[in-house]
Amino acid sequence: MSDMIEIRNLTKRYDGAVAVEDVSFTVESGQIAALVGTSGSGKTTLLRMINRLVEPTSGQVLIDGEDSHSLPGYLLRRRIGYAIQGHGLFPHRTVAQNIATVPRLLGWSADQIRDRVDELLNLFQLDPDAFRDRMPHELSGGQQQRVGVARALAAKPDLLLMDEPFGALDPVIRAKAQDDLRHIQRQLGTTLILVTHDMEEAVTLGDRIAVMDKGRLVQYGPPSEILTAPATPFVRDLIGMRERPFHLLSLTPAHAIATEGEAPGAPIARDASLREALAECLWSGRSAVPVEGGGIVTLAALQAHAAPTARAAE
Amino acid sequence: MIGRVLLGAAVLFLLAFLLTPTSFAWLFQPFTRNNAPAIYTQTPLWSLTLSHLALVGMAVVASTVIALVLAVLVTRPAGREFLPLARTVTAVGQTFPPVAVLALAVPIMGFGAGPTLVALFLYGLLPVFENALAGLTGQPPQVAEAARGMGLTPRQRLTQVDLPLALPVILGGMRLTAVISLGTATIGSTVAAKTLGEVIIAGLLSSNTAFVLQGGMVVGIIAVLLHEGFQTLERMAAARTGLNR
Repeated sequence: MSDMIEIRNLTKRYDGAVAVEDVSFTVESGQIAALVGTSGSGKTTLLRMINRLVEPTSGQVLIDGEDSHSLPGYLLRRRIGYAIQGHGLFPHRTVAQNIATVPRLLGWSADQIRDRVDELLNLFQLDPDAFRDRMPHELSGGQQQRVGVARALAAKPDLLLMDEPFGALDPVIRAKAQDDLRHIQRQLGTTLILVTHDMEEAVTLGDRIAVMDKGRLVQYGPPSEILTAPATPFVRDLIGMRERPFHLLSLTPAHAIATEGEAPGAPIARDASLREALAECLWSGRSAVPVEGGGIVTLAALQAHAAPTARAAE
Repeated sequence: MIGRVLLGAAVLFLLAFLLTPTSFAWLFQPFTRNNAPAIYTQTPLWSLTLSHLALVGMAVVASTVIALVLAVLVTRPAGREFLPLARTVTAVGQTFPPVAVLALAVPIMGFGAGPTLVALFLYGLLPVFENALAGLTGQPPQVAEAARGMGLTPRQRLTQVDLPLALPVILGGMRLTAVISLGTATIGSTVAAKTLGEVIIAGLLSSNTAFVLQGGMVVGIIAVLLHEGFQTLERMAAARTGLNR
């Protein structure tokens, strides 16, 4: 895999106050990187330096090896998808016009734009005939959010930046929106950098997690590493001691630890997470649950998997 | 519904009065004394109304264009430091009495429509300017962020996002300016501008209350109609953006 995004020693100071201090990391093509931290940790500033909504004080961003300063900011931003909390849809434009924003700036033909809008609406499970001509204020919160992401993806960017994209959604819709995003991201192969304050969201979505604290990058790695070997007390606090085993379980699909055997009751899906398997065991009082397509997941295996020592031994 | 019927009735009454003023003589007869004429006939009322409206229209267009340009300039990063200056200029334009403007302008421009146009123009700057300022700066921050993030240039953000979203508020400013100018334009007739003020002044000079009343009435009805017309436009523009007023 190629390095899609390379962030080198990126720093931003405002009148001497440090917002982001000497941050470097790499996101590979097609991966999701989640920037996590408390408010004021510099994660949003870091994200906005990637598409140069904020100009860095020093440091570089390389996109496919090319310095992001090699073209004017507004041209750079047309190549990078951007979705924000509260969607930011243009209230005076229809859904179709909103989605068409960047393709129109890039001078696509009317036919191309129409096809692309319909394609995206279908992808986000919005019937084009019903939604094309609606105004943003006529949509529900979840629909607005989907249109916001569809707009960000309209010109087929290789890189998508999202700032708390699900922050304004209620928990039920948020879980569905996260699922859909993951699915669409895999389908399109888009590299995604996402800002969130929610460790659960970062663990669910991220291939890599970057933990920010007071403008510095304190840890960068796969979710399992962040969970099992937090680099600082701050990272441990952010994970939350009570949630840690469950986060860990949510990383692995059931079929990965399924063993030979028979167990009673309804089976769980092959790619259901171990967290769901545990919930199923506890709720139905079973010591093992069958997995669709063969095998079982036992409570003992789940227990072993939820402890960091077990993972370190792998 | 009742409002619409009343407005329709007002339009019909106004048209009938302007086209055949003498048929309404009975209405104004009680306000005359010593067998003075009840209806002003020196100049046809419809002709005075048209030139009055033309004068106000020109003044409103001029104030709107200049106030909008000012508001756009002082909300750009390069023009921000001129905001206090622009505020002062428009505020002075509003507080300086139009009568004084006429008195100052006549020696330079002579009698006629010119001085009145200048007075109305200065008087009408403030409402459009302040409203445009509020409209351009009071937008949802996410919308501005998204517009930048999509790669719109500053000019594209202004013409495609900021101005369309500010339109209802700008129309509100134009409404105030139009209504104020409509009333103020009557004083233009003191310096020989053709306005409905001519009827009122004739009434004052000859102590004929009927003239004063009919001049004032025509101006008043048109003011109400203008006000309603602009409000309808504002509502349409606001409904289109989905922003609640």
